[in-house]
Amino acid sequence: MIHIKRIQEDGADVIILIGEIDASSSIELDLAIAKSVGEGYSKILIDCSALDYISSAGLGVFMSYIEEFKDRNVKMVLFGMNDKVANTFSILGLNELLKIGKDKVEAKEMAS
Amino acid sequence: MNYVYKIGCSIENLKGVRDFIRVSLKNHGVSDLEVSEIVLALDEMCSNLMIHAHNCNPDELFELHIQVEKNNPVVFEIIDDGSVFDINQFAEPALGNIIHEKRKGGLGIRLVKSIMDKIEYQNRGGKNICRLTKAVHFS
Repeated sequence: MIHIKRIQEDGADVIILIGEIDASSSIELDLAIAKSVGEGYSKILIDCSALDYISSAGLGVFMSYIEEFKDRNVKMVLFGMNDKVANTFSILGLNELLKIGKDKVEAKEMAS
Repeated sequence: MNYVYKIGCSIENLKGVRDFIRVSLKNHGVSDLEVSEIVLALDEMCSNLMIHAHNCNPDELFELHIQVEKNNPVVFEIIDDGSVFDINQFAEPALGNIIHEKRKGGLGIRLVKSIMDKIEYQNRGGKNICRLTKAVHFS
């Protein structure tokens, strides 16, 4: 079960993930990111501080935007991950491919 | 100790699978980080099975067995009578290809293989058994 909220701060779209993302809920993450891009945001910050779990289905969503964002000069930064979620990204080396900040302040700097 | 969970093939049931694994392993003092990695690998195996072998039909069931004995590797068995999806037969795609093809899948097999020590398939009494083994630290 995942709840997703979006707030706009300093021209960035902040997508807040609350709960768990798995094969049944990854579509909601995909839709939220697609909506943000569709509305023209070029700075997308993903707040993971209330994200308890992410499966490969959720990781795949982030991966699927990497090239498109490079081409369209959209900056996506994830931040606030707990240790277990951070470990999930690093098992696959995704921490090298995605921009991941410690907190929102750092994420904003990385996106600017 | 032997724990058994029967699961209908709806991906809505994955949350229950994860809770079952967490509770079973925490009973034995397995660390949070190890539990979380195992949960990740089994979530992947179970969701593959639900989606690819059972078309997410909630009336079709399979079983997850967990055998935990102190100072031995933990053994997980996924017991099913659907078709076999042997992940050992699939080479995991390179990360670069996953990005390039905008594939939302393909990461899972890589994940299971990096987390589990051993993945074996066997047929016992007409059932397909996928046995995954993982050495853990017991506190």
